[in-house]
Amino acid sequence: MQYAKPTTAAEAARLLSAASGVTRVLAGGTDVLVQLKAGMVEPDLIVDIKHIPGIRTLQAEAGGFRIGAAVSGAELGEHAALCAAWPGVTEGAQLIGSKQVQGRCSMVGNLCNASPAGDAVPGLVAANATVRVEGPNGTRDVAVHAIPASPGKTTLQKGEIITSIFLPARAPRSSDAYLRFIPRSEMDIAVASAGVNLTLDAAGTITAARVALGAVAPTVLLVDACAKAIIGTKLDATALAALEKAASAACKPIDDKRGTIEFRTKVAGVLARRAAVIAYGRAGGKL
Amino acid sequence: MMDTLETKRKFRQVGTRPIRPDGIDKVKGRALYGADVTAPGMLVGRILRSPHAHAEIVAIDTSAAEALSGVKAVVTGRDLVAQKDDFFRDIQENCLATTKALYDGHAVAAVAAVDASTARAALKLIKVTYKQLPHVTDVDAAMTPGAPIVQGGRALETVPKGMSANVTNQVEFGHGNLDAGFKQADLVVSRSFTTAAAHQGYIEPHACLAQMNADGKADLWCCTQGHYFVRTTCALLLGMEASQLRVTASEIGGGFGGKTVVFIEPVALALSRKAGRPVKIVMTRDEVFKATGPTVVTSMDVRIGMKKDGRITAGEAILRYSGGAFPTGTVEMGASAAFAAYDLAAVHTLGWNVLTNRPKEAAYRAPGAPQAIYAVESVIDELCQKLNLDPLDTRLKNAARKGTLSSYGPTFDDIGLVATLEAAKKHPHYKAPLGKNQGRGLSAGFWFNFGGNTSVSMTINTDGTVSVAEGNPDIGGSRASISLMAAEELGIPYDKVRTIIADTASLGYNENTDGSRVTFAVGMATIHAARAAIAKMCARAAAIWGIDPEAVEWVDGAAVPAGPNAGKFPPMTLAEIAAVANNTGGPIAGHEEFTADGAGVSFGVHLCDVEVDPETGYTTVLRYTVFQDAGKAVHPAYVEGQMQGGAVQGIGWALNEEYIYGADGRLQNAGFLDYRVPVASDLPNIDTVILEIPNPGHPYGVRGVGETPIVPPLAALSNAVSHAIGLRMSSLPMSPPRILAALSHKG
Ligand SMILES: Cc1cc2nc3c(=O)[nH]c(=O)nc-3n(C[C@H](O)[C@H](O)[C@H](O)COP(=O)(O)OP(=O)(O)OC[C@H]3O[C@@H](n4cnc5c(N)ncnc54)[C@H](O)[C@@H]3O)c2cc1C
Repeated sequence: MQYAKPTTAAEAARLLSAASGVTRVLAGGTDVLVQLKAGMVEPDLIVDIKHIPGIRTLQAEAGGFRIGAAVSGAELGEHAALCAAWPGVTEGAQLIGSKQVQGRCSMVGNLCNASPAGDAVPGLVAANATVRVEGPNGTRDVAVHAIPASPGKTTLQKGEIITSIFLPARAPRSSDAYLRFIPRSEMDIAVASAGVNLTLDAAGTITAARVALGAVAPTVLLVDACAKAIIGTKLDATALAALEKAASAACKPIDDKRGTIEFRTKVAGVLARRAAVIAYGRAGGKL
Repeated sequence: MMDTLETKRKFRQVGTRPIRPDGIDKVKGRALYGADVTAPGMLVGRILRSPHAHAEIVAIDTSAAEALSGVKAVVTGRDLVAQKDDFFRDIQENCLATTKALYDGHAVAAVAAVDASTARAALKLIKVTYKQLPHVTDVDAAMTPGAPIVQGGRALETVPKGMSANVTNQVEFGHGNLDAGFKQADLVVSRSFTTAAAHQGYIEPHACLAQMNADGKADLWCCTQGHYFVRTTCALLLGMEASQLRVTASEIGGGFGGKTVVFIEPVALALSRKAGRPVKIVMTRDEVFKATGPTVVTSMDVRIGMKKDGRITAGEAILRYSGGAFPTGTVEMGASAAFAAYDLAAVHTLGWNVLTNRPKEAAYRAPGAPQAIYAVESVIDELCQKLNLDPLDTRLKNAARKGTLSSYGPTFDDIGLVATLEAAKKHPHYKAPLGKNQGRGLSAGFWFNFGGNTSVSMTINTDGTVSVAEGNPDIGGSRASISLMAAEELGIPYDKVRTIIADTASLGYNENTDGSRVTFAVGMATIHAARAAIAKMCARAAAIWGIDPEAVEWVDGAAVPAGPNAGKFPPMTLAEIAAVANNTGGPIAGHEEFTADGAGVSFGVHLCDVEVDPETGYTTVLRYTVFQDAGKAVHPAYVEGQMQGGAVQGIGWALNEEYIYGADGRLQNAGFLDYRVPVASDLPNIDTVILEIPNPGHPYGVRGVGETPIVPPLAALSNAVSHAIGLRMSSLPMSPPRILAALSHKG
């Protein structure tokens, strides 16, 4: 097993594209190292990206935020402006693990680990965030939603890494929220989850919405029917019921040790409804 | 041997809360646990495990593994001595299977290599030819006529002909006329229940270091609840004499019964013998889940009849327990304990143990009792609900007392159930208001407690300090409690006493740290050892004073002349006698080797409030209070710790913990992520109320306290959840998907 510590993204991409066998990018390592210890993967090459300049920087850009790929959950949580603008995104990222894990884990690692249950992902998809991908063929910006391919697989090509996430500028009266269901109060994996991102007009009517569901399909779901159910409403009881129904209808979950199809389908609807209420309040809406 | 209670004794040290002697080492990370011991030239041992739930082992080819550079030894079941006795043969087969793999994770071979990666590579080179067999992991399915037979020919004579060959034990308890009892009832409720297998979940995985020398002498360091039992078993499985094997117990990171068993120690010894080097084996968490622990899995039917005034007229329980792929007698304890809390005219329990393709059950706090009592206490709660009766008053009305003929045979002496129920009734928790979606549940619980074979040695050092050597690994703070009792009896300060856990060569036999026996039995042996030392010290003082030894007594840590006729001498303290010991007759010590009888049974009552989210099935435990009779709480903080720990583990069983098997018979959740023990933020503070109804069988009145507290939580939680959702739950764990499914079927 080889360990490399490149100092530019281009070098990281070159190492990864030249490698034969199994490779892993090392950001926080809270997935990679656990998988390594459990004998689930035996990589031939590990590329630690944390020494690439800018990869651990979080800064304002074009009215929004550019977040380096290796910025940890704890660093996100300490960034007041980011938390104020994107409370749903940051609460998703901060639900990951414990204090110790928060000191290391990154949103990009969460995205690229490609678990359908990743807690940072629905919030980012609801936010319409993009990632900057660096690879053998140069740089491209891609919607977060387009990264997961299937459980454990991404659409990144050989040699490609993500260097940053971009969260766009916010319209006034916008906010978001993320909720997950776990059987315990912490240290667990989402059985179902929902991220809701909303913009209101001055009267409190929803003018734009994105609703993403996690752990109820092979990859995160962006559910247009949920958005349609609440756009143009003030999130009254009828709108909430329609949202819940649309969310449940979109679910394509599996039965497994963590939850049944029946359970995940019902609870995803409940979480979408509850998250919408929170986001609506945060955006200044009154119910 | 039974002792009499000193009812009038005023305690000076017993009942205080000194700092635990092992605390600083543990907090600083210096305590030596099983995996912390190393030896020069040490090899890494690893175990190959069956990937099949049930398979014949046709052949094992170890040649490629043996040929791998860095591999120093490979062993299979043939390297252990075949045992004739069923009990030890089962242990042998569980340590390394010879003919059949009986569950997913069953050990079939092991290697010792220079490092972990070589050992892992070697495991992959061992070729095991399996012939897969049909499997069964469900207890009810295993009892049906066509079920796959896990092991044939294991049924005891008590099992009637015609039952499935998987049924190995049948037990029955009770008295009175059941039919007549049910006829007198105003209401009879019958219900069936199931509980899942739960793992002890200790933080420290099993670990040991074995060193067998060319001359056949061996040393073994291991994490265990009983190193004497480890020695007996390993000596048999390795064909050694007990004197040639010295076993030293490490600090122990939790056991809860699950480390009263031998898994890796004989394998490490066999590897060390073959390799001629020390071998360390440390289980991974995955191995711990697959191949150690857990509890029985159960299916039960309970029927109870009650009068309108709350008097129980008859009770019946039918228990089907499976302790995995090997016979176990745990169902006997379930059948004995089921109705033990009640004074009943007609009671009958019938239990079977059934083989399934699951790991061999290991003890877990009060083995067998929590499940049966969960079923009984759930039905009592339902009767109270339907007859509109107060659940505490109803239990008081039926409570066992001194003189009650228990449901399992003995007549009770002084017991604390009534006092415990009354304490719960008086407590503000019982009457506190509840909100929407909230419910309160309560349950009584019982455990037998145990005494057993025990040896203690005590040395009076010349500087006036005292060393106590005992042979029971300390899993609950027992070194502090033993030191307290030694200090109490000798009349010296607690910090003048140090208690250690001696190795198997240094003391007579000690039974495992189990059955809530240590503070009771080792405590009693310590008191006896102290009395023996005191007799010697009195004799020394008498010799110095030139008077009769009988004319000297021990008062407040000093020898004094007994009465005015004995002469006038100033008291000689322990330190003064010790200082001159080597010139007045030699070293002074006391020891005791005995079988401790008279362990008093113990009762507890748990009260619990929950709130259930009706949209997700998520249960929040809002408030929890434990009431328990400790006889005498030697170190109250540890007694509270046991009460809280038992409650927390029981909450885990009730809400989320379960072994989940796939259709392929393989364990799906062999890790702490999907085997969900409660985390700290899941729990309210667990309040405790200690009652002290002295045990007549112990000089200080001590009863064991370690096991009773895991008995009531299952029904306390189930009753609370059932009230909160308006629906009777009868299957554990009550995980959110189960609660939500129950609610949606209710409509
Ligand atoms: C105790 C514990 C609790 C946890 N709890 C949660 C939880 O509650 N919710 C949750 O969702 N997850 C949880 N996790 C999983 C894990 O912490 C998260 O998925 C985390 O976000 C991973 O980030 P990381 O930076 O550590 O990723 P790493 O482990 O470094 O990498 C993860 C994967 O992403 C790839 N990768 C990383 N960075 C890049 C990049 N820049 N470009 C391309 N590929 C990349 C790696 O190759 C690897 O496959 C937990 C883990 C632990 C150990």
